[in-house]
Amino acid sequence: MNKIVKNAQEATLGVKDGMTLLFGGFGLCGIPEHSIAALSKLGIKNLTCVSNNAGVDGFGLGLLLANGQIKKMISSYVGENELFEKLYLDKKLEVEFNPQGTLAERLRAGGAGIAAFFTPTGVGTMVSEGKEIRNFEGRDYVLENGLRGDFAFVKAWKGDRFGNLVYRKTARNFNPVVATAGKITIAEVEEIVEPGQLDPDQVHTPGIYIQRIFKGEHFEKRIENRTIRKA
Amino acid sequence: MPLNRDQIAKRIAQEVESGFVVNLGIGIPTLVANYIPSSKTVLLQSENGLLGMGPFPTEEQLDPDLINAGKQTITTVPGASFFNSSDSFAMIRGGHVDLTVLGAMQVDQNGNIANWMIPGKMVKGMGGAMDLVAGAKRVIVAMQQLDKNGGKKLLKECQLPLTGKQCVNQIVTDYGVFSIDPQGFVLLEHAPDLTPEEVMAATEAPVRLSSTLKPVSV
Repeated sequence: MNKIVKNAQEATLGVKDGMTLLFGGFGLCGIPEHSIAALSKLGIKNLTCVSNNAGVDGFGLGLLLANGQIKKMISSYVGENELFEKLYLDKKLEVEFNPQGTLAERLRAGGAGIAAFFTPTGVGTMVSEGKEIRNFEGRDYVLENGLRGDFAFVKAWKGDRFGNLVYRKTARNFNPVVATAGKITIAEVEEIVEPGQLDPDQVHTPGIYIQRIFKGEHFEKRIENRTIRKA
Repeated sequence: MPLNRDQIAKRIAQEVESGFVVNLGIGIPTLVANYIPSSKTVLLQSENGLLGMGPFPTEEQLDPDLINAGKQTITTVPGASFFNSSDSFAMIRGGHVDLTVLGAMQVDQNGNIANWMIPGKMVKGMGGAMDLVAGAKRVIVAMQQLDKNGGKKLLKECQLPLTGKQCVNQIVTDYGVFSIDPQGFVLLEHAPDLTPEEVMAATEAPVRLSSTLKPVSV
């Protein structure tokens, strides 16, 4: 079993117009930056992209937005991206806002074979409009559907050729749930190690969820909001 | 003089009890961390996947893989843990977080809060706010009493799209401290330089005065 591919170009083979793509990352932390850069060069369009955020102007998913490749975004917060706001207000981009926890749970459910679930989040707001509300033990809950993608893209710290992954610090974020919810999930890692080198007790994403893995060269890991305290 | 941002944060810090897990939003809420005394053991939760957030890093400690929900670089405290977004919101939605402090554009007398959208103008998204107000055991709003144009923000009924219904427990503004009960707003404390009447005049909804009404002490 060897899921290693050469690079992002090889990893993104088969991604086509109109597909639904899932992306790990929070802000610019833990985003699959090499896969996104490769997608930006593929000339594919009409994509539905699911990601907590939409990158910034010129980096991350901001690259696909600038190319006009994205038809619809499903996100929870996009305040960092001026182009996004402009495209949305000009009605050139469809947007579905999901509460962050609902988005995470929709992906978890999608990957776990759960069709839908009831959550208290968003009841009585725009988010619950047109959706089934049910009362459990005196409290209202809204029905939210699970979410899956044609391709999913994640970034991990270390991985092996079976696809086992370990993330680092808060770069974990959405990556483990996104990994479970893709028909084909692609992992880019900083380091590929031999099977057995990852302690089975410490594996965050078991390899079963991963179809392709590659080592990214020179992660930029751009910092969005560099905040320093004096020593 | 109304309270300044740091005084609002300092007052909210008085609500934080030892043993609490607290999630702080962006803006004034972030400042609350600066005023929690070291005598209290408090863990800060950051919804991007960290329980046990520490202060901002020094230049040497800076790590792009370690940020908070405001995308600021941060550090961890001893005893911290990392987890994925689904686990993070299980903590939040599941009622395991003792207190959340967040900003708002409007709050009304029924405890409804609006803080994520101005139709046709501002589209940033709700982030984790809807989950936090739905799931945290206690919700405190930190905000200015009036908006930039002098408009009132404590209303009979929110005009902007809601973030959550009947979820706000307490509001701390530059004018005073309010609680919300089934009959509406109750003024608990007023800014030392403002009279209760001045605070009430800056509130659209009716305000009852607490029997223990006193000046804010920070």
